[in-house]
Amino acid sequence: MNRRDALSRVALILGGTVIGANVFLDGCKPADKKATDAAFTADDITFLDEVAETIIPETDTPGAKAAAVGSFMTVMVNDCYTPADQQIFKQGMNLLKEASDKKFSKSFMDVSAEQKTELLNEIDKEAKDYMANKKEEDPAHYFRMMKELTLLGYFTSEPGATKALNYVLVPGKYEGCISYNKGDRAWAL
Amino acid sequence: MPQDSSTVNINGTSDANTYDAIVVGSGVSGGWAAKELSEKGLKVLMLERGRDIKHIEGYVNANKGPWEFPHRGGRTQEMIKEYPVLKRDYPLNETNLDYWVKDSESPYTEIKRFDWFRGYHVGGRSLTWGRQSYRWSDLDFEANAKDGFGVDWPIRYKDIAPWYDYVERYAGISGSKEGLSQLPDGQFLPPMDMTCVEKDVAARIKEKYKGARTMIIGRTANLTVPFDQHGRSCQFRNKCWLGCPYGGYFSTQSCTLPAATKTGNLTLRPWSIVTRVLYDKDTKKATGVEVLDAETMKTYEYKAKIVFLNASALNSTWVLFNSATDIWPEGLGSSSGELGHNVMDHHLGVGAAGLVEGYEDKYYFGRRANGIYIPRYQNIGSDKRDYLRGFGYQGGGSRQGYSRSAEEVALGVALKETLSQPGSWTMNIGGFGEVLPYHENRIFLDKSTYSDKLEQFNDPVTGKDLGMRPVPDKNGKQRVDKWGLPVLAFDVEWKENERKMRKDMLNDAVEMLETAGVKNISSRDGDGTMGRGIHEMGTARMGKDPKTSVLNKWNQVWDAQNVFITDGACMTSGACVNPSLTYMALTARAADHAVSELKKGNL
Repeated sequence: MNRRDALSRVALILGGTVIGANVFLDGCKPADKKATDAAFTADDITFLDEVAETIIPETDTPGAKAAAVGSFMTVMVNDCYTPADQQIFKQGMNLLKEASDKKFSKSFMDVSAEQKTELLNEIDKEAKDYMANKKEEDPAHYFRMMKELTLLGYFTSEPGATKALNYVLVPGKYEGCISYNKGDRAWAL
Repeated sequence: MPQDSSTVNINGTSDANTYDAIVVGSGVSGGWAAKELSEKGLKVLMLERGRDIKHIEGYVNANKGPWEFPHRGGRTQEMIKEYPVLKRDYPLNETNLDYWVKDSESPYTEIKRFDWFRGYHVGGRSLTWGRQSYRWSDLDFEANAKDGFGVDWPIRYKDIAPWYDYVERYAGISGSKEGLSQLPDGQFLPPMDMTCVEKDVAARIKEKYKGARTMIIGRTANLTVPFDQHGRSCQFRNKCWLGCPYGGYFSTQSCTLPAATKTGNLTLRPWSIVTRVLYDKDTKKATGVEVLDAETMKTYEYKAKIVFLNASALNSTWVLFNSATDIWPEGLGSSSGELGHNVMDHHLGVGAAGLVEGYEDKYYFGRRANGIYIPRYQNIGSDKRDYLRGFGYQGGGSRQGYSRSAEEVALGVALKETLSQPGSWTMNIGGFGEVLPYHENRIFLDKSTYSDKLEQFNDPVTGKDLGMRPVPDKNGKQRVDKWGLPVLAFDVEWKENERKMRKDMLNDAVEMLETAGVKNISSRDGDGTMGRGIHEMGTARMGKDPKTSVLNKWNQVWDAQNVFITDGACMTSGACVNPSLTYMALTARAADHAVSELKKGNL
């Protein structure tokens, strides 16, 4: 497939917007120094692992935590996000924690897996509504970023690509039209 | 790089720096020149300005899984800052960053925006190219004569057809015979499969337009069967641009360089920037070239009877700009006033895509390094448009992967299971349009002076951030590249014909997808500009008359007939099809003529 006109390979298209693979650096917006100066801590990575694991849990194949998605998310935010998006992401981590406190009177890390899932699905809906109604120049919702990075990080990880998906390093041939049975794993690449 | 004591020259000269032929550049056309000339018995020096990349061992990322790339193949903010030009499109990514020129080392001046993506290393862009390989027809060769833009080509299809045969057989081009006059069939290896959806869409398009339009499998320089004595073949990994350890597609490394090396007649010298052709005004011939060693900054002179300039279109002309300036201030080949003019590319970034219902029980095996192709149908037969010439489409139909939205699925197990399976089928097509040869579209050496200060440079048309550029200053210095060499200035834009054509490219794309039953169609008119096709053509065009062209019908510079140019610079018009196959054919033809002339004593 011609790379040129194909949709961006790395940046995900979730509902039509692309985050974190900015083709153009549209000028760095002045960042809130408080939020972006703080580097990600080990606790942040543990937290993000839990968020990611809730989105993509372990089943009969590894989940996002086993795929070290939390750490991957911090690398992407640090290296690939603009300062403005970094700020939104980091503030988003706080907002997510606050949402858990508000809903369960407990920290996100302490609630059950079911409660985590319930909370994140609510936030996911909030993010979807926001993304559908926002103006083009408005920033993305933090949870949209987290979900996008989780899916990218998981499905391109070694456990994700080789266990949840069907990873064939050297196909050796091409057959354009074959049968597919529902439930069969998709190709990893 | 040692002085050339390693040169084996058994042609009877005592000068270690003398060859029968010099080839400048090692990309698609340079590799072919080196192969043809060395196979015909000439001692050939191939000069490449960048580093060597050895076949297989040089393809350092070719076997990596996506998790072995820290950003999974993406781009960092640091990369974006360091590559203000490359960032403008897909080439900026971490999987093959060192196969692309670093903008800061090789700057150029954009009077108008021109996205120039280059590869300065052995193999050039034959390592990273899209491999689509289509023949021209007389529809293309006659276009200038018929509508008056540019000058008439000095050749026709019949002159190049046997050379298309020749290079296709050697390179290995896969494709299907279709009997289309505007897209002549070639010497093909078996075509790749279309997917079920592509076949369906193709059938519907054929029916709706009563055969006036077709969708065919792409013609690509990938080996669909075991090829040559090594049995190389495409393994359908779709990672061609990382270099192929299987030699599954045409590149200098996989194909022409081994052939040239096998003759024992080739010397390859990387890190060799040719700064000018050396010219003898009494014999009216080039005597050789001057080289600046890119690593040591030492200068060398190499002599030869024949010089092939294959430095890539704009760089071959850059070499001419710097040559014989004591006789022609605008450079060797400038006597017609056309050197540097008539810059062309293919304009793209316009297309449409949508969802295809059904076919949930169908999939594909392998990763096809190819797409479909819709050959040009505009301004052919009764299909008249309000612009000249036309466009084709590339694209494909495949199933969505994990990056689809799946908004209706809850997070957790359901989402994981859903995204671990393929999603809906989608169909996508994007146009490639011809750019007319406008005299005003030109490159020239930037002799303006600038201060050390930088200013923000925004696209005058769209306002997009194009990076920083030096501030003009009457009392400043000329711009130079990392090696102190003058840079090119680009005054190039597409004009009314291209704009009108793009409207059609978009409307037709939507209409055809609608015809094919595609749903949720979205169209795009992306951030297109000159250069984005990465098919730079023109600036030293072939013609019938030395007063209006730089090269004759054999690609010889009128003013120095032992200098041949067979890369994109030679193109008199641009057509709408990927040009590299035509460069291969022109090169083989010109090399044959060069050697024949040499043997007759004419050069």
